[in-house]
Amino acid sequence: MTTKTLKASAAGTSVLPALFAVVLGLGIITLTGHVQASALHDAAHDVRHATGFPCH
Amino acid sequence: MFSRILTSGLFAGAAAGLITALLQLYFVQPVLLHAELYEGGELVHFGADPVTAHPDLPGLFAEPVRDGLSIIFTMLTYTGYALVMAALMSVAERQGHEINARTGLLWGLAGFITFHFAPGLSLAPEVPGVAAADVGARQIWWTVTVAAAGVAMWLIAFGGNLVSILIAALLLMGPHIIGAPEPESFSGPVPTEIGALFAARAFGIGMTAWALLGSFAGYFWQAEGKRAEAAA
Repeated sequence: MTTKTLKASAAGTSVLPALFAVVLGLGIITLTGHVQASALHDAAHDVRHATGFPCH
Repeated sequence: MFSRILTSGLFAGAAAGLITALLQLYFVQPVLLHAELYEGGELVHFGADPVTAHPDLPGLFAEPVRDGLSIIFTMLTYTGYALVMAALMSVAERQGHEINARTGLLWGLAGFITFHFAPGLSLAPEVPGVAAADVGARQIWWTVTVAAAGVAMWLIAFGGNLVSILIAALLLMGPHIIGAPEPESFSGPVPTEIGALFAARAFGIGMTAWALLGSFAGYFWQAEGKRAEAAA
């Protein structure tokens, strides 16, 4: 219980770091998986197909 | 806190992404290249004559730039997944759930269902050259389905009551009951055998990838936590 309390206080109460990481992660996924700009699309083409993203 | 999320996400994503990229190049890419022979018209199916099922295909790394870019983009994609996963792991741990390589395996399978299997159930992983609906419409459906499945996985794992499970079931089924965007007509020149093999391989490698990603994320999350505690 003591360990848990210590951990919880070390972690802090703010969810901002987690939120920021989620936004960053989703941003990367959008770039590699969804953005249709042709340079990005061509470079990521095989990955999008193999990873199940709608490609073209 | 943020550095712990970032570090575990980057390590897990890069490692799982690299392994996945190599698996995809070996198991998925040849099927894709085979389909492209039909997409480009070099091979023609559905005619009077049978076509060889074993044409000459470029070998591994025959196109180094193309395959190199695939490796980079796979690593990036899985790093994106891993950052989201590590962030959610931080929230779960704060709620008292244990995060390690073993529980990470379950996280990985939940991630596979969320990002691959749920959208893929109606929008099957497609080879180049098959008929499909407008890409924008499919991307919207994909995004909504992934979001719904992600919430469903969280409710199943941490909801802890029957209502949560029922809501999760509705979230999982809803997008498929509404239906994914479908093509008006079938015009794809690729044999069904290739399309089916591609979907199966994409799912199989995807599941392997996510199992690795979840275990790695759980492992690095725990290791980074211990390192931070030791340093404190």
